[in-house]
Amino acid sequence: MGPGDNVVMTTMDDVLNWGRSNSLWPLTFGLACCAIEMMATGAADYDLERFGCGVFRATPRQADLMIVAGTVTLKMASRIRMLYEQMPDPKWVISMGSCSNKGGPYWQEGYHVLKGVDRVVPVDIYVPGCPPRPETLIEAIMMLQKKIKVQEAALGPLGFMRKQA
Amino acid sequence: MTFDDVFSKLSAKFPKGILAKEETKPDASIKVDPSAIHEVLKFMRDELNFETLHMVSGVDYPSLPALCVVYHPGSYHHKMIVPLKVYLPRTDDAKVTSVTDLYKAANWHERETYDMFGIQFLNHPDHRRILCPEDWKGFPLRKDYVTPDYYNGMPVPLYFEDGAPTEGGAH
Repeated sequence: MGPGDNVVMTTMDDVLNWGRSNSLWPLTFGLACCAIEMMATGAADYDLERFGCGVFRATPRQADLMIVAGTVTLKMASRIRMLYEQMPDPKWVISMGSCSNKGGPYWQEGYHVLKGVDRVVPVDIYVPGCPPRPETLIEAIMMLQKKIKVQEAALGPLGFMRKQA
Repeated sequence: MTFDDVFSKLSAKFPKGILAKEETKPDASIKVDPSAIHEVLKFMRDELNFETLHMVSGVDYPSLPALCVVYHPGSYHHKMIVPLKVYLPRTDDAKVTSVTDLYKAANWHERETYDMFGIQFLNHPDHRRILCPEDWKGFPLRKDYVTPDYYNGMPVPLYFEDGAPTEGGAH
């Protein structure tokens, strides 16, 4: 047995989840001041690339993580839904900040603010804060990675080898 | 040149168009007749060195009742801003002449004033809403505006007064 003859035994789920969770490509998608914190998270000081998550894509076709960073207006809500539909499966959504969680400071008088982005797209992780610090967003991404790692990737509801009914 | 100089020059030039001087705090303003606002601003721009229009906005006075359009022409030459106010009847077809042909800056400001107050600007080159969606109903900054319950199937309030759930929406 030479050094090149090693064999690694694993499952499809583990391989796929390992790949997916460590190469999350977020959509470049900032709506308000939370986007400033998201940019700071991606920049040198906090360096989102350490988590394989720093490749902000300019098109939803190449992204698999949508970070809804900011106030979602009713005018924007249908656009968010369309961008979400344009992202290829599997895809995840992080709702960043109080505004996209539940309307934020506009919860009462905001006639044009959607009270929570979960009314138009399914949300995996909610990040509290107004705006959340970069550490909080990193925590959310690590939490999402943990969530991805226990998903049934190959045969589960998100799997590409989905059983034909 | 002071505010009073501007007011005396304007009232000498437009005895019918300039209605009154309003000594409001912190800035005094000049009340202008709606039919004269275009020529007053043209005179201020061409003769009194008011090169720029800082702002056009609206105010809703339900107690008067009136809708008001406020213009802030500014002069870098005289280092001053003279607010002009135009009072319109508080109806859905309140109209005033657009000043977009005098100041390009007025274009978006007048669209926003239309969007928020429903004041129409005659001869505006692109007269439509600017911030709200184009199918939005009503004018949000009017004092009697009522927030809609639903917009395109999405519930607008966080919860309804009778406790009915507002989750779901456009799922």
